[in-house]
Amino acid sequence: MTKISMTVNGRQVTGDVEGRTLLVDFLRENLRLTGTHVGCDTSQCGACTVHVNGLQVKSCTMFAVEADGAEVGTVEGQQNADGSLSTLQAAFQEHHGLQCGFCTPGMIMAASSLLKVNPKPTEAEIRHHLEGNICRCTGYHNIVKAIMAASGQDVSKIAAE
Amino acid sequence: MYAFDVTRPKTVADAVAALAGEDAQALGGGQTLIPTLKQRLASPAVLVSLSAIDEIKGVCQDGNVLSIGGGTTHATVAAEAGAYPALAALAANIGDPAVRSRGTIGGSLANNDPSACYPSAALASNATIVTNNREIAADDYFQGLFTTALNEGEIITGVKFPIPQAANYQKFVQPASRFSLVGVFVAKYADGVRVAVTGASENGVFRWSEAEAALSASFSAAALEGLTASADGLINDLHGDAEYRAHLIKVMTKRAVAAAK
Amino acid sequence: MPKDSGIGASSKRREDVRFLTGKGQYTDDVNVYGQTYVHFLRSDVAHAKINGIDTSVAETMPGVVRIFTGKDFEGIGGLPCGWQVTDRHGQPMQEPGHPVLAQGKVRHVGDPIAAVVAETREQARDAAEAIGLDLTELPAVVNMKEALKDGAPKVHDDLSSNLCYDWGFVEDNKAAVDEAIKNAAHVTTLELVNNRLVANPMEPRVAVGDYNAANDESTLYTTSQNPHVIRLLMGAFVLGIPEHKLRVVAPDVGGGFGTKIFHYAEEAFVTFAARQIKRPVKWTSTRSEAFMSDAHGRDHVTKIELALDKDNNFTAVRTETYANMGAYLSTFAPSVPTWLHGTLMAGNYKTPLIYVNVKAVFTNTVPVDAYRGAGRPEATFQLERVIDKAARELGVDPIKLRRQNFITQFPYATPVAVEYDTGDYTATMDKLEEIMDLSGFAARRKASEAKGKWRGLGVNCYIEACGIAPSNLVGQLGARAGLYDAATVRVNATGSISVMVGAHSHGQGHETTFPQVIAEMIGIDESQIDIVHGDSSKIPFGMGTYGSRSLAVCGSAMVRATEKVIRKAKKIAAHLLEASEADIELKNGKFSVAGTDKSVDWAGVTLAAYVPHNYPLEEIEPGLEETAFYDPANFTYPSGAYACEVEVDPETGKVTIEKFAAADDFGNVVNPMIVEGQVHGGIAQGIGQALLEAAVYDENGQLQSASYMDYAMPRADDLPFYIVDHSSCTPCTHNPLGVKGCGEAGAIGSPPAVVNAVIDALASGGKNVGHIDMPLTPHRVWKAMNQ
Ligand SMILES: Cc1cc2nc3c(=O)[nH]c(=O)nc-3n(C[C@H](O)[C@H](O)[C@H](O)COP(=O)(O)OP(=O)(O)OC[C@H]3O[C@@H](n4cnc5c(N)ncnc54)[C@H](O)[C@@H]3O)c2cc1C
Ligand code: FES
Ligand code: FES
Repeated sequence: MTKISMTVNGRQVTGDVEGRTLLVDFLRENLRLTGTHVGCDTSQCGACTVHVNGLQVKSCTMFAVEADGAEVGTVEGQQNADGSLSTLQAAFQEHHGLQCGFCTPGMIMAASSLLKVNPKPTEAEIRHHLEGNICRCTGYHNIVKAIMAASGQDVSKIAAE
Repeated sequence: MYAFDVTRPKTVADAVAALAGEDAQALGGGQTLIPTLKQRLASPAVLVSLSAIDEIKGVCQDGNVLSIGGGTTHATVAAEAGAYPALAALAANIGDPAVRSRGTIGGSLANNDPSACYPSAALASNATIVTNNREIAADDYFQGLFTTALNEGEIITGVKFPIPQAANYQKFVQPASRFSLVGVFVAKYADGVRVAVTGASENGVFRWSEAEAALSASFSAAALEGLTASADGLINDLHGDAEYRAHLIKVMTKRAVAAAK
Repeated sequence: MPKDSGIGASSKRREDVRFLTGKGQYTDDVNVYGQTYVHFLRSDVAHAKINGIDTSVAETMPGVVRIFTGKDFEGIGGLPCGWQVTDRHGQPMQEPGHPVLAQGKVRHVGDPIAAVVAETREQARDAAEAIGLDLTELPAVVNMKEALKDGAPKVHDDLSSNLCYDWGFVEDNKAAVDEAIKNAAHVTTLELVNNRLVANPMEPRVAVGDYNAANDESTLYTTSQNPHVIRLLMGAFVLGIPEHKLRVVAPDVGGGFGTKIFHYAEEAFVTFAARQIKRPVKWTSTRSEAFMSDAHGRDHVTKIELALDKDNNFTAVRTETYANMGAYLSTFAPSVPTWLHGTLMAGNYKTPLIYVNVKAVFTNTVPVDAYRGAGRPEATFQLERVIDKAARELGVDPIKLRRQNFITQFPYATPVAVEYDTGDYTATMDKLEEIMDLSGFAARRKASEAKGKWRGLGVNCYIEACGIAPSNLVGQLGARAGLYDAATVRVNATGSISVMVGAHSHGQGHETTFPQVIAEMIGIDESQIDIVHGDSSKIPFGMGTYGSRSLAVCGSAMVRATEKVIRKAKKIAAHLLEASEADIELKNGKFSVAGTDKSVDWAGVTLAAYVPHNYPLEEIEPGLEETAFYDPANFTYPSGAYACEVEVDPETGKVTIEKFAAADDFGNVVNPMIVEGQVHGGIAQGIGQALLEAAVYDENGQLQSASYMDYAMPRADDLPFYIVDHSSCTPCTHNPLGVKGCGEAGAIGSPPAVVNAVIDALASGGKNVGHIDMPLTPHRVWKAMNQ
């Protein structure tokens, strides 16, 4: 067991982990932050997407010990300070960018990463950025639309409402 | 996963020392190794993480050579290898943003997956693979499926890419994994053109010498017209048989030549 | 003007807030104090005799609590099949046993052999590796036609063959159909495969079993679309636990698409094991396990013949299908290729004579059962493909050929035993032509050609039978369950309402749409109403969510219960207002006496019901809570027309979807935003089936596409924005809301449009290819065009 500490959503946390403990297991089981999900075991689905030191990573493909000392952001920390939904979260609700909600935390974390570096992405850029995030419910239409809307683009003309 | 320890040395020397231990294995970005461990296909006692070693990270240009640290992530190469645009573009299309945040060039070259992207760039550029104790020319480095010239415990600390006059990478993706079903990297140097093919062969990345000869004589897609890539030894799987892969090699090579910058 | 609340409004989903902030409670988020973890040791060969299982070493390993094998389940029931099909000769299907853990033989890769319960997941897995297995491998049968040959290895030694049933429908039509085909002016024949798929909801299955010895009560938390069905099947048929001692909870569920309908071995196992070891037992499937333990979908091999007269009227359809059941009968497997498939073979057309033959076959593969659309996509695909092929052979416009043969009079009794209540296929086709801008296709094709791409247009129609289903009818057809649903409307003293429903939402948005209906009926704010679902201890016995039934069946139950509530509330209002009940009107949440200004609001009445000081106690009981069970009179028949435009890269065979439109008739729509979302998701799955997805076995029964490395899931950049429209509306005539169901349409309607478009694109490039089997991967398309 190794003692690790990190900042998760701005809060200092510590824990004892094995070498093989994945960051996602540390979040879900040690910290009970169950918003981060596990949808596969081959690092493809992106349900586990979080931010580590500002970078988008798959928390199922990183060991907790490697996040020792890091700043980690999860879906639980995405709301505004007053608890209201962030612009991106609100756009997902407004444009029905989620159904079962299982991929949603990963989508939010991936999309917020994109918007940080590319504040007005095109449809193609959004679709490319989401290559590692699989959604089985929405057909992506409303996810792409929500991200465009969150970046201030007019989505009223997008195919059929 | 079986149980193991993870150490995080800060220098190459400490990492090499740690790798000398029994059943120790290097951990780069983990984007290949961790899924493998989950399937219990590897059972190291210690993983020596290279992610805290700053001396093997970064991109720098020295005249006509672009040097990339072995621990440099795909995302960093995509962002900082502007001096070699085809290489930056290749890195920008490996996996997805999260994979690119963690996965490293050293890990990719050490792993030498037959469908990986970097091996084609290294081979087409005749890059030099720099390790903790020697330099290996790409032509000598790739030795078949998941096999390289690396010795046990040897770490890739850097890769030196001679910058070509023009180059391009064309990746035709396998629809599920999004690795290359066939990827072709074409690089044009003053002394000739090199063409490296990934994804296609049962022996991993290889050079298509007929195409190199034709393109060295005339660097144009038309120069490839009369050639056909041989289907011998190419992969037959769910996603494409050898004949299809051979066909794609030619199509992708033509496209790479047409797009080379 | 779009409404902003009630029926017809695109109310924003209230469940979203918890999902967007990480506050969803999925089954894997459930942890019970003292829980153990189970790892299943699964067969890595497709077919073998079990000679022995040695657990002695494994039992001594750290953390191991107990190891179970098939022996532990010898006195216990197997997993039941919920539908019995009767074959062409009046005989019941062959129905093999389905043990919780393998007994005697393993029959597919992934068949569970032993289960290790330990303190941690990794300890359970470590110990499982130490179990000694003595297996004699047997030859596997994978191909259905091979499986039916004399001397083929038998999946089940106690059955006479690998044939589950040979079903004919309608058997009495057979001679007439044969005759019509013989005498037809033209017959188009098509042989095709409806590719095997894995449903792949993003949340893998999870089951947590808990047992409280103090009151002898078991609780199962499970990723289910229908907790009551699981309670009934598992309690009554497998473990013998009476319902009042068994609680099944399906909390937030991360998608189902059919594959979470069925009762699975792992559910029975954790419930059983928790009782044995007196500790909770948790199982979380990995994705790799899901590929070999979730029921698969589709997997039909079909020959279809379409006969036409000299004026191109359809005169007969004859089909022969081999349907893969896999190694065991999953819960509803036998119904999918029969009653959910054969009855839809009329499609949108007035073909007078139809005969459907289906041979269901056991193979050494994962069981196959319902997947989004279940039987109806298979019916639609073959029919719409053969019509397209006929149009090409006859040189007629495929849209005209369809229009000419449309059913136009309703109700319409098909020759395959169902009666369509309403529909307007011409209207949806007109709408499709408009939203797809079909008149602009020629110009778009030119533009593609200028880029060196071949552009194709594919169009098709679909009809489906939803709102499953009238119990007396399905009972005659072999269902071993009723298919009604139930709702309890509990009005609280201050007027807020909790509605307990049998339907289960795993992405469909019931928490938002169901309150919209009640809000409209009573005239109160949607936020006053909450839905309770997914917990058998809280909800009335309902059958759950699948077959696009939630609103049509459970929603109807809710309407009926609300009507009862309103009737009683009016009685109370009449008393309070000292008026006659007949004069009481309810509008905008207010009861008033017709023609006067006397009124009492909703909350005034509800308070009186619970504080009955001034109350007609001699006439009615206090309280305001009503339950209704609703059994539909018929299926509902959503229909529509879909169009797809593709570009094919002639050099590589790669297909890209350039434009996709869906014109649906869902009857009345409660929440357009949610309906459109359902269509989007269905289309993506249909395009996935058409272009990307395939569960492929090799001849030894090894699943070759056993992870996302080889099973191609549709990603954002595989798909376009979709144009969807549901303005064509012929309300269902037999349910109170006039709704038809929209959950499966997209998955049913889209595959033929895609394939028709690719065939058209190839034709435009001078490659006349009759058919290409799905998925139309670049490799397959390239092969087809270079034959
Ligand atoms: C979803 C997904 C998609 C992907 N798509 C692509 C793709 O399209 N194209 C592509 O090329 N790759 C792809 N990859 C693989 C990815 O590029 C990996 O990052 C890469 O193959 C391995 O690099 P790593 O740093 O993650 O190495 P690790 O996984 O950490 O290690 C891989 C192997 O290399 C060894 N190793 C690591 N670093 C060194 C070093 N510096 N010196 C010596 N040995 C070392 C390890 O011991 C191990 O044996 C994908 C991966 C995923 C998960
Ligand atoms: S859980 Fe699927 S990528 Fe991490
Ligand atoms: S909303 Fe269900 S997987 Fe995306």
